[in-house]
Amino acid sequence: MSTAQLAATCKQVRRDIINMTANAGSGHPGGSLSAVELMVSVFDRMRIDAKKPHDENRDRFVLSKGHSAPCYYAVLAHHGFIDRAEYANFRQLHSILQGHPDAKKIPGIDASTGSLGQGCSIAVGMALGAKHRGMSDVKVYTLLGDGEMQEGQIWEACMAAAHYKLDNLTVIVDNNGLQIDGRNDEVMSLGDLAAKMRAFGFEVFELADGHDLDAIAAALDAAVPAGKPKCIIAHTVKGKGVSFMENQVGWHGKAPNEEQRAQALKELEG
Amino acid sequence: MEKIATREAYGKALVELGAQDARVVVLDADLAGATQTKIFKAAYPDRFYNAGIAEANMVNMAAGLSTMGLVPFCSSFAMFAAGRAYEQIRNSVAYPRFNVKVCATHAGVSVGEDGGSHQCIEDIALMRAIPGMTVIVPADANEARAATFALAEFEGPAYMRLARLATPVFEGDMVKPFELGKANVLREGKDVAVFACGLMVSEALEAAKILAADGIDAAVINIHTIKPIDSECVMKYAKQCGHVVTVEEHSTIGGLGDAVADVLMGKVNCSFKKIGVEDRFGQSGKAADVLREYGLTADQIAENIKASLS
Repeated sequence: MSTAQLAATCKQVRRDIINMTANAGSGHPGGSLSAVELMVSVFDRMRIDAKKPHDENRDRFVLSKGHSAPCYYAVLAHHGFIDRAEYANFRQLHSILQGHPDAKKIPGIDASTGSLGQGCSIAVGMALGAKHRGMSDVKVYTLLGDGEMQEGQIWEACMAAAHYKLDNLTVIVDNNGLQIDGRNDEVMSLGDLAAKMRAFGFEVFELADGHDLDAIAAALDAAVPAGKPKCIIAHTVKGKGVSFMENQVGWHGKAPNEEQRAQALKELEG
Repeated sequence: MEKIATREAYGKALVELGAQDARVVVLDADLAGATQTKIFKAAYPDRFYNAGIAEANMVNMAAGLSTMGLVPFCSSFAMFAAGRAYEQIRNSVAYPRFNVKVCATHAGVSVGEDGGSHQCIEDIALMRAIPGMTVIVPADANEARAATFALAEFEGPAYMRLARLATPVFEGDMVKPFELGKANVLREGKDVAVFACGLMVSEALEAAKILAADGIDAAVINIHTIKPIDSECVMKYAKQCGHVVTVEEHSTIGGLGDAVADVLMGKVNCSFKKIGVEDRFGQSGKAADVLREYGLTADQIAENIKASLS
């Protein structure tokens, strides 16, 4: 898709995020809105087909930061995996749209996530499995939160990605700088993430603007040396696109009320 | 009587299985020598993945591998598999119902010298509490082999508990076919029904012989599948005998005893006694000495059963 088309999709995804969380009266708008351009761009490249959601040869995506489920569901709906009518049931009893992604319930979701720190390891297992089976076309993507990188298991996974030379793996960090209890730097400093990822053996691409679709495309399409996993650290804005949510810790896990929904949708008009 | 550890039978079974089923891959966390997955590694180096000392990542890599059409068996000590990686098993394997087999060795106090830090006595409780989890505790080497094959056949998440200690391999009439979820009655009896698992099955059989000399006729049932438990068999023998005793090399909190009690509670009127590790940590010592310290030898079990009947 063209950049203009992707931008239009991003706007629709943002509206969907606002509507889903407002309908449910709960959910995580902040970290969903920061991930929009990243997830839309990844899915634009993935070899997937909603008519064949279990095709062995498809690319894989693991939303390690599972609380960005509203963004994920909106992107999956855009690609035909989910009926938009399901949005009304987000976070409701018996819904396929669980608060955090449940792979049992939705064909197209490759792993159940939500407990932070685990998705990256699952993606490493998928990339290793693709190598094991000689499925050289299969690419595996995983999207992490920066706060999530405080989990020690992330670093176990990164170590394994380099050890097993998983150049079919792309780890993307939605680096919005905020977590539930405050700014990352106040809660638990992550230090120089890019240097850490390089030291762990990744080919690192750092994006000053993690909402710049062209920059994201360039990083996703950039070649890596054989045997090296890729890491894209994208500096994003939590709550991006909705003025009163941008860079506000309070919008991590709080849904907009009706008034706020109306204002947000107005700001996101196409 | 020949003695072989269930972990060794598991390692050998993996090689046999590997020859039959190309989907099988094996993971370990730097304990391949101890868990015996090294036997598989030697036979199939390209199908063995070491995670290093990183059990959480090992379990989740297995989850990822399972989504790629492979059947991963992953091993570590029970303490680090069911213990440290509990939440990984719960959320990334069992919750999505991925086809991962967690086969943990060095369970129970029979680990011996390494002591309490390495003697996991809570793994059955942790694993059986997870919705939909299958939990297997083989009683001897043959059963460990059969269970390994059964797990490869079975589609879904499962936990198998294996031991470090070499223990008697059942012979003659004691050798029974292995079917997931189907208990094996090893000795008929009318006075007391003794339900045991793992290494305690052979101790319970010895205890039954001691009891027989005192005129007590004990039935001994091997509950190799803790979950889903063979409720029909448990009910039948509890009703038949009126007295129930469970024996396990595990905490009396949440293990086999509680699984059997869950079947019987409110349904069968019988006396009930749990034999196991009673809310204590393990400790160092020779395996035989440690088992004696915790009351898990045949003569102690026989005494304990006798006391419960009087």
